Order: sequence, then C-alpha cells, then structure tokens
Amino acid sequence: MTAHETLPSRRSRRDDDGRSARPAPRRRQTVGGAIVSLIAELLIIAGAGTGLYVVWTAWWTDVVAVNAQTKLVDGLGQKDTSGTGTEHRGPAPVLAEPPNVTDVFGTMQIPRFGKDYERPIGEGTDREKVLNTIGLGHYQDTAMPGAEGNFAVAGHRVTYGKPLNQIAELKTGDDIVVRVTDAKTKFDVWYVYKVTDSQIVTPDHVETIAPVPNKPGVEPTASDRWLTLTACHPMWSAKERYVTHAKLDYWMPASEGTPKELSETTK
Amino acid sequence: MIFPFVWRILPGPAALKVIELLVLLAAIVFVLFTWVFPWVAADILPPPDGTVDVTPSP
Repeated sequence: MTAHETLPSRRSRRDDDGRSARPAPRRRQTVGGAIVSLIAELLIIAGAGTGLYVVWTAWWTDVVAVNAQTKLVDGLGQKDTSGTGTEHRGPAPVLAEPPNVTDVFGTMQIPRFGKDYERPIGEGTDREKVLNTIGLGHYQDTAMPGAEGNFAVAGHRVTYGKPLNQIAELKTGDDIVVRVTDAKTKFDVWYVYKVTDSQIVTPDHVETIAPVPNKPGVEPTASDRWLTLTACHPMWSAKERYVTHAKLDYWMPASEGTPKELSETTK
Repeated sequence: MIFPFVWRILPGPAALKVIELLVLLAAIVFVLFTWVFPWVAADILPPPDGTVDVTPSP
C-alpha cells in the first residue's frame, strides 16, 4: 500500500486506462512516451542510414566508377585495328613508366570476364586516386608491360567498379590482353599474357609481385616477363589477397592488327 | 517526435506533403551519397583495396 502511494505515475496510468482522461496525468505520461518515440525514431533513421550506406557501397560506387572508367578508356583514343597481326615473341617494345600517379597508360581485356570487359590501367596503387576511380593500378617501380620482370596490377574485388571481381574464375592458360598506348610518342602495342597460376596469401606477401614472382632477389631473364594481378580475398574482406600470375606469350604493334584472343568467343 | 514534427511543418494539404516528403528524402539521399558516404568510406571504414604491401592495408 505504501509502495503504491510512492508511485503516482503508475496510479495515474491506471486512472488513464480506466475511466477518464484527466489532463494532468496524461501530460506527465507523454514525456516518457515522447522519449521512447524519439529513441525509436532515431533508431529507424540510423537503420535506414546504414542500409543506404550498404546500397551506396555495393551499387552506387560501381555505377560511378564504371562510368568514369569507360570514359578513361575512350580518352586513350585507341583505334580498332582490323586483321590478325604477327605474334612477336622476341624482346618487346616497352613504354617508360609514367612519371605521375594516376597517369592512364593502357587498358586490360580479359575474355574470361566477358567480351565487353575493358578497363583502364592507371599508374600507382593509391586507393583514393587510382583504385577507387581508375580501377586497375600499376604498382609503382614494378616492370611495365612486355619488360623483363613483373608487371603488377592491383584492383578492387568488390565496389568501385570491381575490376577484378571474377579473378577467382581465371584458369591456367586464360588470356590477359594489355594494350599500352601513348599518343605523344605514337606508342601503341598489344601484350598477350597467359595465366600460369593463382595463390591466396596474406596481404604482407610482397614477394608475389617480385620481378620473378615468389623469388625475391632473383634477376629476371628474357623468359621472365610476368603479369601479376592482386585483389581482395575473400570478397568484402581485407584478410587475404587473391593473386594471379601470367606470363607473356607474345606482343604485337597495334598497327598490325588485333590479337586473335579478343575475337575468339569466350571459352 | 521527429516524424510528426516534419509532417506538421510541411505546408499544404496531405497530398502535397507527400510530394514534399519525397523531395526531402531525395535531397537527403543525394547529400549522403555525394558527401557523407565518401567521407565515411575514406576516413572511417576504408574498404579493402586489394594491394599487397609490407604494411598491411587497413
């Protein structure tokens, strides 16, 4: 009985539920109710915001990046060349490494990723400046395409245009076709690489992009003209890296024609 | 609290309020997509970037 008397709010609520809606107790109740509904509304807003963030990451960044990357490919002014040229297997012409991070110097096509797969390659692996915008980024100070050593390229597995989304589908012998173009020096050459192997490592395994992959300190020879792709693994995680190596098969000046690998239908 | 307040301050009849509400939501989404989320992604929750590095990327 005494407890009941010290809890006026409970009594007033009972009054309210019971017979009449007296103004005074009703008002005291709305204070508590208002706080609860404010918290509820803030939770709804937070939930909606989080949901929107997921939509933005998983979808909108792709829309923006694919659009930008298509423009960059067009901006290189690469002309379609007809016919299938000679497959050169000797020492290849090599473009000097671009001086500035974000310089776009070529494109990559991978038939396994679809006929329309063509992405620009930018200099550097800065996340904001290169990977989030240009897409594929060339590790600075690794070899350029066609050169002895390892042409190493990083790209997002998910979000921001996800250029290496399907990296795990690459099989031994698959083609990776790189075209390096420099309008100023009229440099325009195709390089066709064949996938040799893939590995899954933790992100500290820098020897995967050594001049001779996984043999740091070994000098590359004429037969060591590698290409390495690195992407996140598993998808949406930063825990590991999916690394795919490929070896140069042949090169061809773009003026001579287009590699047959690009006209073949996807296996 | 918030939702009834927004509903109250929007002028016009209910049908107009609905349209105003949609415009308001679109504006909020635009601000979030253009400025807020890129900032969150860059400074608070950087997504994995797929590079190998001696210093593991965050």
